[in-house]
Amino acid sequence: MNDILGKPIDRVDGKLKVSGGATYSAEYFPKNMVYGVLVLSTISKGRIRNIDTNQAERVKGVVGIMTYKNSMSLHFPQGTDPGSGKYAEKDLLPLQNDRIYYDGQVIAAVMAETFEKAEYAAKLVKVDYETESPIFDLKTNISKSYKPSSGGSQLQLKRGDADAALQSADVKMEQTYTTPVYHHNAMEPHASVAEWNGDQLMVYDATQAVSGVKSLLVSMLGLLPEKVKVVSLFIGGGFGSKGFTWPNPIVTVMAAKMVKRPVKLVLSRQQMFTTAGRRSETIQKIALASNSSGKLTAIKHDTISESSFVDEFVETAGLATSMLYSCPNVEISHSLVRLNKVTPCPTRAPGEAPGTYAIEAAMDELAYQLKMDPIQLRLVNYAEMDEQRQKKFSSKNLKECYQRGADAIGWSQRSPEPKSMREGNYLVGYGMATATYLANRVASAAKATLYADGHAEILSATQDIGTGTYTIMTQIAAEALGLPVDRVTVKLGDSDYPRAANSGGSQVTASVGPPIRAAALGVIAKLISLAVSDTASPLHGHKEEDIIADNGRIYVKNHTDRGESYTELLNRKGLQKLEAQAKTNVSTRDPQGANPAPTGGVDAAAEEESKTNPAVQEDQNVDRKLYSFHSFGAQFVKVLVDPDLGTVKVDKAVAVMDVGKILNLKTAKSQIMGGMIFGIGMALLEGTAYDPNNGRVVTRDLAQYLVPVNADMPQFDIQFIDKPDPYISPIGAKGIGEIGITGMTAAVVNAIYHATGKRVRDLPVTLDKLI
Amino acid sequence: MEPFKLIHPNDQHTAIASSGGANVKFIAGGTNLVDLMKLDIEKPAQLVDINSLKLQTIETLSNGNVRIGALVKNSDLAYHPVIMKNYPVLSEALLSGASPQIRNMATVGGNLLQRTRCPYFYDTSFPCNKRVPGSGCSAINGYNRMNAILGTSSQCIATHPSDMCVAMAALGAIVHVEGLRGKREIPFHEFHLLPGQTPQYETTLKHGELITAVEIPAIPYAAKSHYLKVRDRHSYEFALASAAVILNVVNGRIQTARVALGGVGTRPWRAVLAEKVLTGALANEQTYRTAAEAALSEAKPHKDNAFKIELAKRTLVRALKTVGGMS
Repeated sequence: MNDILGKPIDRVDGKLKVSGGATYSAEYFPKNMVYGVLVLSTISKGRIRNIDTNQAERVKGVVGIMTYKNSMSLHFPQGTDPGSGKYAEKDLLPLQNDRIYYDGQVIAAVMAETFEKAEYAAKLVKVDYETESPIFDLKTNISKSYKPSSGGSQLQLKRGDADAALQSADVKMEQTYTTPVYHHNAMEPHASVAEWNGDQLMVYDATQAVSGVKSLLVSMLGLLPEKVKVVSLFIGGGFGSKGFTWPNPIVTVMAAKMVKRPVKLVLSRQQMFTTAGRRSETIQKIALASNSSGKLTAIKHDTISESSFVDEFVETAGLATSMLYSCPNVEISHSLVRLNKVTPCPTRAPGEAPGTYAIEAAMDELAYQLKMDPIQLRLVNYAEMDEQRQKKFSSKNLKECYQRGADAIGWSQRSPEPKSMREGNYLVGYGMATATYLANRVASAAKATLYADGHAEILSATQDIGTGTYTIMTQIAAEALGLPVDRVTVKLGDSDYPRAANSGGSQVTASVGPPIRAAALGVIAKLISLAVSDTASPLHGHKEEDIIADNGRIYVKNHTDRGESYTELLNRKGLQKLEAQAKTNVSTRDPQGANPAPTGGVDAAAEEESKTNPAVQEDQNVDRKLYSFHSFGAQFVKVLVDPDLGTVKVDKAVAVMDVGKILNLKTAKSQIMGGMIFGIGMALLEGTAYDPNNGRVVTRDLAQYLVPVNADMPQFDIQFIDKPDPYISPIGAKGIGEIGITGMTAAVVNAIYHATGKRVRDLPVTLDKLI
Repeated sequence: MEPFKLIHPNDQHTAIASSGGANVKFIAGGTNLVDLMKLDIEKPAQLVDINSLKLQTIETLSNGNVRIGALVKNSDLAYHPVIMKNYPVLSEALLSGASPQIRNMATVGGNLLQRTRCPYFYDTSFPCNKRVPGSGCSAINGYNRMNAILGTSSQCIATHPSDMCVAMAALGAIVHVEGLRGKREIPFHEFHLLPGQTPQYETTLKHGELITAVEIPAIPYAAKSHYLKVRDRHSYEFALASAAVILNVVNGRIQTARVALGGVGTRPWRAVLAEKVLTGALANEQTYRTAAEAALSEAKPHKDNAFKIELAKRTLVRALKTVGGMS
């Protein structure tokens, strides 16, 4: 079935989802279950002087209240590697002491027979605080910034001498770009259901990393790995907030232990704004220098972002800048200021989303300063290789992206002068930007089983966070197994399955596709081997390499009739099933990187079997240290701006993406479109407001934290180069979860400048900044 | 949410008779009240479900006025042929608010009692004079981009959120209410209160009184009217500034003007000062701009919302141009 890959087939789980048949983590109801509701701090710094649960305990139906006074002790988690489970705040384990480090910190959990009773009682928990003065504003605390220890040298990069080049440059552009705090706002809130059965623990959790949650439960609660199972079959979006583990599943498990009953705990939308991460505010200072024909001679990109007092997370806004353009003198720095707010965490394209906004807006400013076409400026500075790492790109077709994108938006109709184009009463603007994201790949494993009835099953402990992973993995498996997609079932989101990538960093497609393919090919190899050695088979005595598998049959190449079906062979041999496992130990991540590949938790059997699996061996034989792995794209936007009222309408948005081989055109377009919608939100709407007096979150629901709605949508034109990356994997596909947002924000902001002549550098570009 | 009792009377008399006790509230669409209950902002001990009452009709009275039952859904009112033809300002205002799902539930009576979306009112862990009288106003020195610039006081700067009410204010509607002591008619401009020193009191509705209908006067020239709403996103969002405009222009001169503003006032803001400028003046840009200056002449900005003054002026000018044209 070599025509399945790339086909825009419908989602294999689509029917389940639209009919309510897909079970999300909050939708499990173990027998005898009670509901848990969190109580959160309402101060940003201090300690709990007293916590009075008397009134809450008297509510009929309350079965337990857990505070730091009566909760079990936890161990600090081992390691900080996201693959083995990253607890979001390493120095703040839930409910262990009286200290408060931020607004919305978990300080109690109330368990009751019904959700309503738990919620009511939670409001009756009275907390007496000893309040201290918090530090909560980034802009006024820059003097407290420091260079972070995490991530090592990769966060501070230097080649050549940017300062000297700036001094002597013909043309200079120096500006500061700022982005506010963003919240992920996945449709599905964080949700956990925990059930103890003796010393066996079953947890349903909305997570981007089932194995990660399991590892954390094992290490924090001191459990045996074989006694813990974490399941996350369907996830209503994560966007990074479910990548690290927040207190909710840990507290749910502790609570279930305490009340000796299964517990369900779901965060409210309001709680999601304080207690499940966020993206840091950024202040990015960019300096560009070029000669008069636009050739860059210096780039400086200095980012200040926030961290907390209980962990360290760096919004790596400058990393993409280090390889985006050809330039001899580059300096990148990242600094942090610790604030009394929940620790930031990865948020849809961590680093790249705010970072490419800043560098691509700066490039646009330089282009106008040079009176040069913004595309031309990028072509003049086109990077043929990753100059920072001195490596070839594994694949890069960005020039073609620029060309096709320009054609699609009608760039040639653009008059270069700002505020020079009109349609009716509206000012018209065109803007563009380069998109880029890391093409990550990490070690992963999978198991394939072919059953005698002719259907196959794939198991892998990665997750589908709503992006279509079930669908594309089914396509990969079906192609390798020589089966139609409806004969293949892919099962994910269960920590009992072979360990695989967490659903973050746009890495699942590239990481998990290859071991699924290898395991599937392993099964077929076993099948062929059975056939050629079976005297009753029409394939007896044929060379294994002459036999191909297709449409449920194995046959001699070019002799379709000389062969037999999988079911005939297995039934004749009395075999109910045939299994193979594969683990690909491959990483495209920079070994010095802030996010190393997962280690540990190795599936020993899969590893052993992989030694003789040619597909794994071939895959692992590529020396990936030779290449720099990135995805690229170009995004173009046309905006209409009301000159009196300042309202902006994105009229048309184009993306041409170079993301390797496309596995499913339909889900791929949806993913890029999702990213572009995020970009519109970032450019025009999103941003969390904090109270200027006490630093607490003010905009705590979707009526006040604005994300784009249907009426804000432009006409989309999304295209792909669709050329396989020859080095990332035998499949050639790269992840596309995050790149869609990366150029979009700058493209919108650049188009607004072209329409109005107003350059807004502080996001979002709300109408008050344009009137 | 606090536990509460829910009763379902079948007739108006029983409903009103059941509402006398302390902390009793009527519930119709529940699109605002239930949210507020979930957040512990409203804590009624008893809810009286009035959805069975016969208050769902829209009728044209013999004097030409239109009487709208309190339980008429926002969407039904917005798409009613008489409203669309004779009062486009009202239809447009309704359709610019909320989402189709909410408009299908929300009622006219409930819309009159919609409470502010001030974020500090919505979070019970912050002081708020409207929610807890005397606790202080967190918005005045806090994050106040969405807050009001007209009709504010030292105790409260919360914006009235309704779009429908802005159109009703311009139309000069009459609110019909009935309580244990009988029926009353309340002119629209007397229905909503300024916050003053007592922001917890938002309307002149007395305890136990039920809104039964809203009556819109016959205004022949209201067929030329418009509601313009300006906001951060294109749908499902409260106004930063809005304007309801009804003009009677004869031979290029404005005979009568009815103007109200939304998104900027602590109550639906009838712009009397603008109407004075407009009445008798030529329908042109200069008049509109002068009227807009007058409408906002008493505006008081706070840290984050000074832009609303100019935005409201431009919004009003645009709406006036749309209705009155340029002579």
